[in-house]
Amino acid sequence: MQVARVLGEVVSTIKDVNLVGVKLLVLQPLAASGEEVGKTLVALDSVGAGVGERVFFVRGREAAFPFYPAEPPTDASVIGIVDRMDID
Amino acid sequence: MQICRVVGTVVATQKNRKLEGAKLLLVQPLTLDDTPRGTTMLAIDSVGAGIGEKVLVVFEGKAAGDALRRKAAAVDAAIVGIIDAVEVHA
Repeated sequence: MQVARVLGEVVSTIKDVNLVGVKLLVLQPLAASGEEVGKTLVALDSVGAGVGERVFFVRGREAAFPFYPAEPPTDASVIGIVDRMDID
Repeated sequence: MQICRVVGTVVATQKNRKLEGAKLLLVQPLTLDDTPRGTTMLAIDSVGAGIGEKVLVVFEGKAAGDALRRKAAAVDAAIVGIIDAVEVHA
């Protein structure tokens, strides 16, 4: 899992039926310092996150689990909104 | 998932049985400002995408197999949506 900033949304009308009704978020992964790291990506939203929020997301096959028993074809899903991070 | 542009098609007569009837497209990953990023990849099309269109591509085996509606298919990338717009609020 990784922390990211929600940069925006993707609008798609023609898509896999298992993606209908699911929000597509554009994410920029972040380091613990808040610095942007790595490539932007698109992830499914499972927690009601919005633009500008700091979230965390999961990659891989497990990204479909929050939508069980549905099995949307995804490789990344937002699974939490970060309230606070305390770093020593 | 990555935002990509469809840049070509691939025709293969001899291929794995699980790929029969599947449409294979060449996709170029893009950055948010639409410049190409990284190498061109091959993806299965499950939504009827065409050349020049901006699409959403999953790069994960299980998800790609699900999109193709076939179990244990030897695929690791699939087009799962045609993008109308990317709304980024900077």
